[in-house]
Amino acid sequence: MATRAESAPRPAATDPALIRNFCIIAHIDHGKSTLADRMLQLTGSVSERDMRAQYLDRMDIERERGITIKSQAVRMPWQAGGRGYVLNMIDTPGHVDFSYEVSRSLAACEGAVLLVDASQGIEAQTLANLYLALDHDLTILPVLNKIDLPSADPDRYARELSGLIGGDPADVMRVSAKTGEGVTALLDRLVERVPPPAGERQEASRALIFDSVYDSYRGVVTYVRMVDGVLHARDRIRMMSTGATHEILEIGVASPEPTPTQGLAVGEVGYLITGVKDVRQSKVGDTVTDASNPAAEALAGYTEPLPMVFSGLYPLDGSDYPDLRDALDKLKLSDAALAYEPETSVALGFGFRCGFLGLLHLEIVTERLQREFGLDLIATAPSVTYHVTAEDGTELTVTNPSEFPPGRLVSVREPVVRAAILAPKEYVGVIMELCQGKRGTLEGLDYLSENRVEIGYTMPLGEIVFDFFDQLKSKTAGYASLNYEPAGEAEADLVKVDILLQGERVDAFSAIVHRDKAYDYGVLMTGRLKKLIPRQQFEVPIQAAIGARIIARETIRAMRKDVLAKCYGGDITRKRKLLEKQKEGKKRMKTLGRVDVPQEAFIAALSGDVDTRNDQRKK
Amino acid sequence: MPAPLPQGEPAPEDGLLPPTAREGAARRAFGVYLHVPFCRTRCGYCDFNTYTATELQGAKQEDYAAEAAREIRFAGRALRRSGVPGRLAQTVFFGGGTPTLLPSDHLARMLGTVREVWGIAPGAEITTESNPDSVDERYLAELAEAGFTRVSFGMQSAVPHVLKTLERTHDPARIPLVVRWARRAGLDVSLDLIYGTPGESLDDWRCSLDAALEQEPDHISAYSLIVEPGTKLARQVRRGLVPEPDDDLAADEYELADEVLGRAGFDWYEISNWARRAPGETGRAMAHRSRHNLAYWRDADWWGIGPGAHSHVGGVRWWNVKHPAAYAHRVQAGLSPAAGREVLDEATRTMEAIMVGVRIAEGFPVARLGEAARSEVPGLVAEGLLEPEEAARGMLVLTLRGRLLGDAVVRRLT
Repeated sequence: MATRAESAPRPAATDPALIRNFCIIAHIDHGKSTLADRMLQLTGSVSERDMRAQYLDRMDIERERGITIKSQAVRMPWQAGGRGYVLNMIDTPGHVDFSYEVSRSLAACEGAVLLVDASQGIEAQTLANLYLALDHDLTILPVLNKIDLPSADPDRYARELSGLIGGDPADVMRVSAKTGEGVTALLDRLVERVPPPAGERQEASRALIFDSVYDSYRGVVTYVRMVDGVLHARDRIRMMSTGATHEILEIGVASPEPTPTQGLAVGEVGYLITGVKDVRQSKVGDTVTDASNPAAEALAGYTEPLPMVFSGLYPLDGSDYPDLRDALDKLKLSDAALAYEPETSVALGFGFRCGFLGLLHLEIVTERLQREFGLDLIATAPSVTYHVTAEDGTELTVTNPSEFPPGRLVSVREPVVRAAILAPKEYVGVIMELCQGKRGTLEGLDYLSENRVEIGYTMPLGEIVFDFFDQLKSKTAGYASLNYEPAGEAEADLVKVDILLQGERVDAFSAIVHRDKAYDYGVLMTGRLKKLIPRQQFEVPIQAAIGARIIARETIRAMRKDVLAKCYGGDITRKRKLLEKQKEGKKRMKTLGRVDVPQEAFIAALSGDVDTRNDQRKK
Repeated sequence: MPAPLPQGEPAPEDGLLPPTAREGAARRAFGVYLHVPFCRTRCGYCDFNTYTATELQGAKQEDYAAEAAREIRFAGRALRRSGVPGRLAQTVFFGGGTPTLLPSDHLARMLGTVREVWGIAPGAEITTESNPDSVDERYLAELAEAGFTRVSFGMQSAVPHVLKTLERTHDPARIPLVVRWARRAGLDVSLDLIYGTPGESLDDWRCSLDAALEQEPDHISAYSLIVEPGTKLARQVRRGLVPEPDDDLAADEYELADEVLGRAGFDWYEISNWARRAPGETGRAMAHRSRHNLAYWRDADWWGIGPGAHSHVGGVRWWNVKHPAAYAHRVQAGLSPAAGREVLDEATRTMEAIMVGVRIAEGFPVARLGEAARSEVPGLVAEGLLEPEEAARGMLVLTLRGRLLGDAVVRRLT
């Protein structure tokens, strides 16, 4: 019979045979945080008094969206078969944008709980993370959650899961994280099935960094999994990718509040604090070793985070530019993947070209800038990295449409991804139609169960960041889920479409699109702007152009009447206030050439993509 | 629903004005506006401060003249005690609502109180607004007898379907009658028209203009319909029951009005007002302009009597409580009925002076503009918004195109 541990093994002195390192792989909303809450309670890690919902989710944004952006590790005691064990639960980010961080979290574990909503079945991102876990040879414990819901269909989804990972549907555990039903059995199952960590206590120490979190009071908190050897407080450590050395000021475990210990030994999971102030000095995937007795070889799998999606961020109020720079500098301390450099736009003024891991990353960063730093921002349409070869042989890397060279080009290469879409079978037709329209190439079609299909496509990333997700969701009534991973580059017939207002190019609206889509984009943007830009005292042509060739045109007719004819019975005050309001409105406009464009028009015109991001967040 | 009052500072109960209000008062014209806040029915487009019988909550039409008289006496005392030199009323204007819903002797009594408190200047302009279906020959004769010099009829349109959309109840055939009676009584006649009514065509509008001109009035006002928030019309537009007004069509209608009225011997003297050239007038029409109307745009002083009425004396603007019942309560207690006021600073006064001053044909002196505003003038002339010759002699006068874009001009000058 299992209970919480009476005398838990002590950190730095725990027999690896008693350690179980695991993570939970789940889709957003499938109940991971709730399951973690129950585990914290059942193991006695958090008292009833201190318990709060989604205990481990730290940022407001995480709690509101029900997603985990950064991972975290908790050490929990557990008594099984009369022995005290240590369960290290390593939380993993749940989104495709953070798949590198997911892979490092998985590398720190021996087992994974595959948590799936018993009324919805597995989703594309979960499936992708499951494949990653299988690649890391993790022991998978399939678990169906929310069995207390009336809509739950555990038998059906147990068959689906066992079909995916092998084994008997009867082996799929059934829990309700909400009520706690089945969670004790799951903890016992973890002890029974997940292998203890391998690794040598006597070897030179090697610790895998699977997360690195900036804390404004303590500097960077580095989460590590000890793979070999032991580390102690006051040891000097070396980061094997850079060779930089630091002293360990504090070492400890999260249980779940940070608790300093003597050290961490082979197989254990905990944190280090060295006083560094920037997560770039303590990178996810890097190997920490003892500087006085360094390991010969770093752990495999380390890569630098590479931005995939780019967008210009501009303050609505130009005088906020220095604040935006300071805010980005601060965010960078906690976000190793964020890249940015100053950029100037004729239309939007001074801002920054920012690189992100993906659309969700972009959304999170802009939201943090707005919420934590109180900045009002305009984000330009997301773009990807293009490699352009001009006729004279010069090669150019373009992440901003306005840098796209004019004239004839030898070739343009764009990033492509392998996309996996999971959906009920009745949507296969519309999904394929959508993917074909987005220049996709069908790679495969697999039935996960009799009703659900996994559709594989190779597609340009540029199409995905444009409005793919939005359309996928709307065409499948929200039932489809999407995952994608980079799959190199491909040559394509791409052109830059410029938008001209009264003959002047508005750089913020330029886009790199496939030649066959150029006309559609031109019609879409000119139509949108015609609706959004108020009439001026003169006629304003809005044109879309490839180079000097006009491909679409709309006209905003001149405004002829702008006067209040009424006198309001001598209520001059009312008239003055109306006028003052109009003047305020005009102050918030940007003047391009002679045309006054309200900022809302910029935001709305660029918002095709904002909608996409909002949708992605909802699911 | 009547439109809300502006936000301002509290107005003192004794109605006293700050010392700044009396500066230069002797040089400013003084007029009186009398608001009569009653209508038989509320028209769908109207957001004026007026009430039908069922909305009066205990206020009584028959008591109104006495209440207004109380405020007139209160006003006389307040001005005197504030040190504003006494001035004869140059203009008196009864507006509404429907002033002619009250018996003619009630209007005469209120006018009598104005005469008693301030005196009425020789040759003063004394107007009442009127609905074509609320007066008869005798009523108009009685007004003339009491000293009224002018009547302004709410004709609005000659086209039945337009009148129906506006929810005006009078029969267009009544217009010639009431105009004839007014003439017989010796009153000047003005006709009020509305253009831009949803569903009105340019031809409908031409028809209304022609019908108005056939009556040979002395003065015509043409206001563009504005769909005001809170009105029945606004709800109808929102629900798609009535088409949204088309600004381009309204611009065409304005241009047509200016052309047709000009040919008939009328000159514009304010964006929405045209006066007929009197016999012997060789230049622009002067005699038949509404001097009360001009006073608003010339930044003159006036005291507004009645619920929701607005007043202005020397850079102090105030407005009365809206509801007739609340108003009655205040004046009977001997308190100021003002709900709020604002004392304008110099910059705001200048801004307002430009705002109202450029609306009139006599123009606004360039010399009164600040440096930044003055630098806008050449551009406004080049864009065809200001008359070049007037600008050359130092006056800002809007062109026809400029009148239609008057607010845009003001925004650039303020």
